[in-house]
Amino acid sequence: MISPAIKSEVPQHWTQTYTRWQRILAPYVFISPFFILFLIFGLFPMIFSIYVSMTSWDAISGLGGMKFVGLSNYKFLLDGLFDPSKGDTDFWKAIRQTAYIAVISGLPQHLIAIPLAFMIHTGMKRMQGFVTAVYFAPFVTSVAAIAAVFGVLYSERNGFLNWFILEVLNKIPLLNSIITDEPIKWLGNKDMIPISISILVIWRYTGWNTVLYLAGLQAIPQDLYEAAEVDGASKFERFRYITLPLLRPTMFTAVTFSILGGMQLFLEAFLLVDRGGGNQNAGRTSVMYLLDNAFNNLLVGDAAAQTWVLFVIIFSLSAVNNWIFNKIRND
Amino acid sequence: MTKFSLPNLAIYTLIFIGGVLMIIPLYFMLIFATQSREVIFSFPPPMLPGSFEQIISNYNALMEMTKGLFWRVFWNSFYLASVATITTLFFSTLAGYGFAMYDFKGKNWIFNIVVATQAIPAALNLIPFFLIMNLIGWIDQPKALWFPGMASAFGIFLTRQYIQSAIPRELMDAARVDGCTEFGIFWRVILPLIRPALGTLGLISFIGVWNEYVLQSLILRNNETRTLQTLIRTISGGTTVTNIDYGGFMMGTAITVLPLLILFIFTSKQLISGLTAGSVKS
Repeated sequence: MISPAIKSEVPQHWTQTYTRWQRILAPYVFISPFFILFLIFGLFPMIFSIYVSMTSWDAISGLGGMKFVGLSNYKFLLDGLFDPSKGDTDFWKAIRQTAYIAVISGLPQHLIAIPLAFMIHTGMKRMQGFVTAVYFAPFVTSVAAIAAVFGVLYSERNGFLNWFILEVLNKIPLLNSIITDEPIKWLGNKDMIPISISILVIWRYTGWNTVLYLAGLQAIPQDLYEAAEVDGASKFERFRYITLPLLRPTMFTAVTFSILGGMQLFLEAFLLVDRGGGNQNAGRTSVMYLLDNAFNNLLVGDAAAQTWVLFVIIFSLSAVNNWIFNKIRND
Repeated sequence: MTKFSLPNLAIYTLIFIGGVLMIIPLYFMLIFATQSREVIFSFPPPMLPGSFEQIISNYNALMEMTKGLFWRVFWNSFYLASVATITTLFFSTLAGYGFAMYDFKGKNWIFNIVVATQAIPAALNLIPFFLIMNLIGWIDQPKALWFPGMASAFGIFLTRQYIQSAIPRELMDAARVDGCTEFGIFWRVILPLIRPALGTLGLISFIGVWNEYVLQSLILRNNETRTLQTLIRTISGGTTVTNIDYGGFMMGTAITVLPLLILFIFTSKQLISGLTAGSVKS
């Protein structure tokens, strides 16, 4: 605050000019920290990494150890796709496994979260907050800690999951004919590894998606439902003809997040099956592969190129997602 | 309003089972923390907590495994998450306020840039981020982890929405007439009025930094600066069951998860309603 005493000492028009200018400049000053930080720690490193991706570099030899190699890192990667004999096939295997895990962990999240959010929003009155909190709770937990717990639950001989399947489900008549009576190698079998990783991912993020969808549902005007109810629409019909179409923008956002998160999956997989990805690298995701290359194999140039190829893949998938959602809207 | 019917019963049963599945791993984390290695890996697995003596013995085993560093590392995590949260609250809200309460040239597309930065895959930045920190000598310094993220795009988005919908612009003029500077308005008028949004953003930010693993494992590597997440990982050396004292190890995971879980139990209503309200009003 400008006290009257100071005001009288400086000429009137000075304070007026100051007040006017600080009013004009204030918003720019307020938003500038974000942009300054983004330029230094976001944009600059990204541009630098484009250069790094065109070098052969182990990082420990310092900036002087960089050897410019042009596009050959990229060529090595693309050869892996088209000419496996002389290219990096491991990278594409990692991309395939990542995409597979992204689908089998992503789809169920939305298939659960959408109806669940609808039920929470329309059905429960007093339990609303409690149910949402229960489903959201996994999101507050540390992945490092919870992956260790999952590791024990997945344990082949004495884990809770195998105990439940062999000793509980298998004792139920009818069910026992379709359920295996062999202990499942959750983290040992190459076909099970992606599923075991996905279970952890679904467990941790379904609640987050449910909250996103709850937000979308709250934006839908309540009187639409009331009108439909008056017209005799059943709950399912209201869900099908009011909720689903009006929830589309939220679905677009949530699916975009899932693509971004799924294709960059690292931590859950890394903590469950370690940096090699377990049996036949079944759980080695692309980010795991490129971090391993950069920090353990000291192939920083290759890793930077792999990051940019991954970026192009993620960008293309987002574009396809965008196109699909636009197409649905126009139909 | 919901009538009792068979489909309803089925749906509520499913929701109930789903809820139980969400709780099971957390439940077992607490059970394992109170049991010995032999019991954790017995068949059938333990379903109930162990004795008080076992809890003490697990705690002692944890202290021994971490060579007395556990609480030091716990403090590192707490310090990092707190500093990150306070700075994020200040700078994100300041920018959110700038976007919400002023009209200036290029405002809309500048705001769109902020939102668009969220779509940049984080993986793209991992290696260059490490290289930059290495270059400026910030390896093993906590500031490497809170300083770059002080003004978060998500925070700016959330607080802008809230300020826009909750605070009338006339309030600004009233404060100006009273002689407030533009920053003074933010500090004395706006901040006290947007406590709910600060609460939501603060919780999200604290939870995020507390649980973050990848950057912390790249930057904070020595015992003086490391955080809980990487410590847990080092104790077990991976999740393939090893010969370590699992009771003590599980005690460590429980101490890592419990503070946030308890915080969440008391704040879930505020957190979830803040998140849903924030993303609706655009």
